[in-house]
Amino acid sequence: MDLIRRLFTAALVAGVLSGTAASVVQQATTVPLILEAEKYEVVTPPPAASAAPAGAPAPSHQHGPVREVGEGVPTSLDEAMQRIGLTIVANLLTGVAYALLLGAAILLAGRPVDARRGLVWGMGGFVAVSLAPAFGLAPELPGMAGAELELRQLWWLSAAAGAGVGLTALAFARNRLVIAVAVLAAALPHLIGAPHPESAEGAVPPELAARFVTASLGGAALFWAILGATCGWLMSGLVRETESRPALRVQPGAR
Amino acid sequence: MTTRSMNTAAGSATRSAAQTAVAAFAAILLGSFLLYGVGFAQPQQIHDAAHDARHSFAFPCH
Repeated sequence: MDLIRRLFTAALVAGVLSGTAASVVQQATTVPLILEAEKYEVVTPPPAASAAPAGAPAPSHQHGPVREVGEGVPTSLDEAMQRIGLTIVANLLTGVAYALLLGAAILLAGRPVDARRGLVWGMGGFVAVSLAPAFGLAPELPGMAGAELELRQLWWLSAAAGAGVGLTALAFARNRLVIAVAVLAAALPHLIGAPHPESAEGAVPPELAARFVTASLGGAALFWAILGATCGWLMSGLVRETESRPALRVQPGAR
Repeated sequence: MTTRSMNTAAGSATRSAAQTAVAAFAAILLGSFLLYGVGFAQPQQIHDAAHDARHSFAFPCH
């Protein structure tokens, strides 16, 4: 039970620290772009517009397809604060979730860790769940054209899981066949190709989308660096203790 | 190494490996559950609450 408690404590601290850092960075980088993009997001046109007689002059303030007020764009301070609060909660949960998965991987690998080695683990996490999926599916803003959601979610998962398996095998496996199969698993989603819409005509200006991609990846890199280093730091005693037990060093039948 | 100390060592190794497996499994289970909720679940309220975080972390959102 002590092992579980310490693993979960490490994941909780690492998740809260990385999630907090991500929240600060997001409010300065990605969130303003999301709010800007939502102005272009096509939502079902309000009934009044479709009921208007053909040829009626369009409202002068309208620059393009606009969301209905109340559909998500905060209109008051309260709404804005609530939206920021929920985003922070979601970031903390994302941090804890990824820290639990990374902590489990570190524990199963059974190699000694510290903050610096944890940083390398964190960069592996970044490559697996941020860079590899983004290689096929760019981080998307609201209003961008996309293929069917379930297909994209499935492809995202397979790209992330494949990259995770590939990296783990490259780092720890000795058997060349295992390494080859794992690298193939990492490459397969990209060889099949990510699902894209037939027409790539979204409503969001491409400059906005390009800025969002770099902001999202940069924020994720920082998030993973903090998450990995903290996990490694807090788990250093945990794995070293297990490692230093003489029983684990003796291979069964080694002599 | 005497037989007795080998037995003790083997027992401790088994227990430790089992403990490690249980702890890792519990972490993977809870981590996957949380990740599904934050990044993938589609009920409207969960989607709306996690919306900006999902986009920022590049989960496919809608």
